[in-house]
Amino acid sequence: MKIPLAYNLRNLAVRKTTTMMTALGIALSVAILAASLGLVNGLRTVFTGTAHPLQLLVLRKGANSELGSTVPTDAFAILRAKSGVARDGAGESLASQELVNVANLPSVDNPKGMNVTVRGLSATGIEMRSVRMVAGRWFQTGQREVVVGRAVAKRYPAARIGNRIRFGKGDWEIVGVMDGGQSALNSEIWGNFDQISADYNRQDSSSSVLLRATDPAALDAAKHSIEDDRGLNASAITEKDYYESQTSSGAPLEFLGFFVAIIMAIGSGFATMNTMYAAVTRRAKEIGTLRTLGFSEGSILLSFLTESVLLSALAGILGCLLALPLNLVTTGIGSMTSFSEIAFRFRVGVTALLSGFAFAIVLGALGGVLPARAAARKEILSALREA
Amino acid sequence: MMDVVIQTKKLSKEYVRDENRVTALKNVDFQVPRGDFLALMGPSGSGKSTLLHLIAAMDRPSSGEVLVLGQDLRSLSGRELARWRNAHTGFIFQSFNLIPVLTALENVMLPLKLTDLSTKQQSEHATTALQLVGLEDRLQHFPRQLSGGQEQRVAIARAIVTDPDFILADEPTGNLDAASANDVLMLLAALNQEHGKTVVMVTHDPHAAHFARTIRYLEKGALLSEGEVQQDWVAAAIALPFHSRLVGGSEVPAR
Repeated sequence: MKIPLAYNLRNLAVRKTTTMMTALGIALSVAILAASLGLVNGLRTVFTGTAHPLQLLVLRKGANSELGSTVPTDAFAILRAKSGVARDGAGESLASQELVNVANLPSVDNPKGMNVTVRGLSATGIEMRSVRMVAGRWFQTGQREVVVGRAVAKRYPAARIGNRIRFGKGDWEIVGVMDGGQSALNSEIWGNFDQISADYNRQDSSSSVLLRATDPAALDAAKHSIEDDRGLNASAITEKDYYESQTSSGAPLEFLGFFVAIIMAIGSGFATMNTMYAAVTRRAKEIGTLRTLGFSEGSILLSFLTESVLLSALAGILGCLLALPLNLVTTGIGSMTSFSEIAFRFRVGVTALLSGFAFAIVLGALGGVLPARAAARKEILSALREA
Repeated sequence: MMDVVIQTKKLSKEYVRDENRVTALKNVDFQVPRGDFLALMGPSGSGKSTLLHLIAAMDRPSSGEVLVLGQDLRSLSGRELARWRNAHTGFIFQSFNLIPVLTALENVMLPLKLTDLSTKQQSEHATTALQLVGLEDRLQHFPRQLSGGQEQRVAIARAIVTDPDFILADEPTGNLDAASANDVLMLLAALNQEHGKTVVMVTHDPHAAHFARTIRYLEKGALLSEGEVQQDWVAAAIALPFHSRLVGGSEVPAR
């Protein structure tokens, strides 16, 4: 770099209003891009955080969600007896028959009501998940009691301990709040399997069966064994794959985010170009002087390109700072698989920030290349006469 | 044999302006010996600045040759010309042309950025150059914090910091008051006399021309011989002895 960097930095500082306005335009594009990446990252964390690596979800053949699946109760007996299924301390198979439905509750975002997943499960089903009670107690067998996930308690005013919520055939009392860490379980309402199946008249079947294998090899073997058993008419998917496929719920928002970021980027790219062209015109005499002193066309080109990239780097930092507070935001998104709302926190991490920053640098370079070329190509004498 | 620094042979320059051909220089033959202080005089549009720009390799001739230090400038590429300008010429502009966002020291260091000197050495050289023009107490001042005369002295320091073979000055006193103009001219004269620098100065000011050893006159793109010089004031300027350049010397006849 022959022309000192101070020349570019001080010129950016001298025209601070223009610099800040241009930087703000790029920064908004960067923030939207980082937010989109943070959204997908947040969703992925929630869904992948839900899955246990050794667990299989058994659904009716052809079904791709628990909500649209029916597994007969007699199939459960066969499934829990499969070889390779892990057992608990008491020698019981780690297999859980579960019923999934949705309840409509008014939320903070939508007073008219949003769907929330209701899961009926047994004590084994609870044991197979990493959840802990943060308030109240677990539901009791034979009682119309439920516990709600932490995100449900936060986002639905009606979902407070002691309150009653209505689904199935009547009211259910909320007796506890559970925490499933960074998982989708926080967006569910849990109750006793028998009680909830009776409410939905599904005593003879469940939505799914969750099995835990003893090891990865047993997981594969159980999967193939279930799918090869025509009598079961069931398919098995690893819990990990099942939840990862739900990350696609964020795809439309991710696409929208990228689309808006690209449209804004085109606009801010032209704004950068405009700003740099104005700088070249205003500093024509300086360009002529630098050329007279012996700086080559290449040095001039590099200097103005550097200035544009510095401007966009500033914008990149600003955009990242704008996106960072999103890490404190928890929101909900409708899952196309469970037809219910999944709460998640934006996760604008290092990768999202670096991607946003790199995006800004590319914008600066693209926006600056033509003005820098115009600066380099100025004839010395005509540059000196411009003022 | 005379050591010639600058030589032009049948040098011509034409411009096309609004589809009209304008002849700025016409078959100019002249030489500048090493150690000379030459004033190029002439009315506006006479071609004196064009001649200076061609010598400085800031423009290319339409025809003819410019031989500087024996080098035919026409044979050099754009990149080589840039390197050549940095290594061999020091240029002083009428309106100083300092970079406003850089301090006096940084402005003077600029041409040294193209050399192999370390930043520390660049700073030392630039400080020395600024001391030479009497601005050692203004190193960290920005151009806006300096007077016109001081700005031009910084520009002179910038022109001499690479120790060029010659200094080219385009109306160096054109934007200065009388006192500052005298300071600048005395500085150029000192650089010529005490440091042996070859100086070519374009001016239309006879008083400024007093400081030169040699005066050449251009009119309508052609270099005039002494016999052709018509105007009294020019003749008077040419006739003034070299020592009269100093402040308090002979009065320049009114134009």
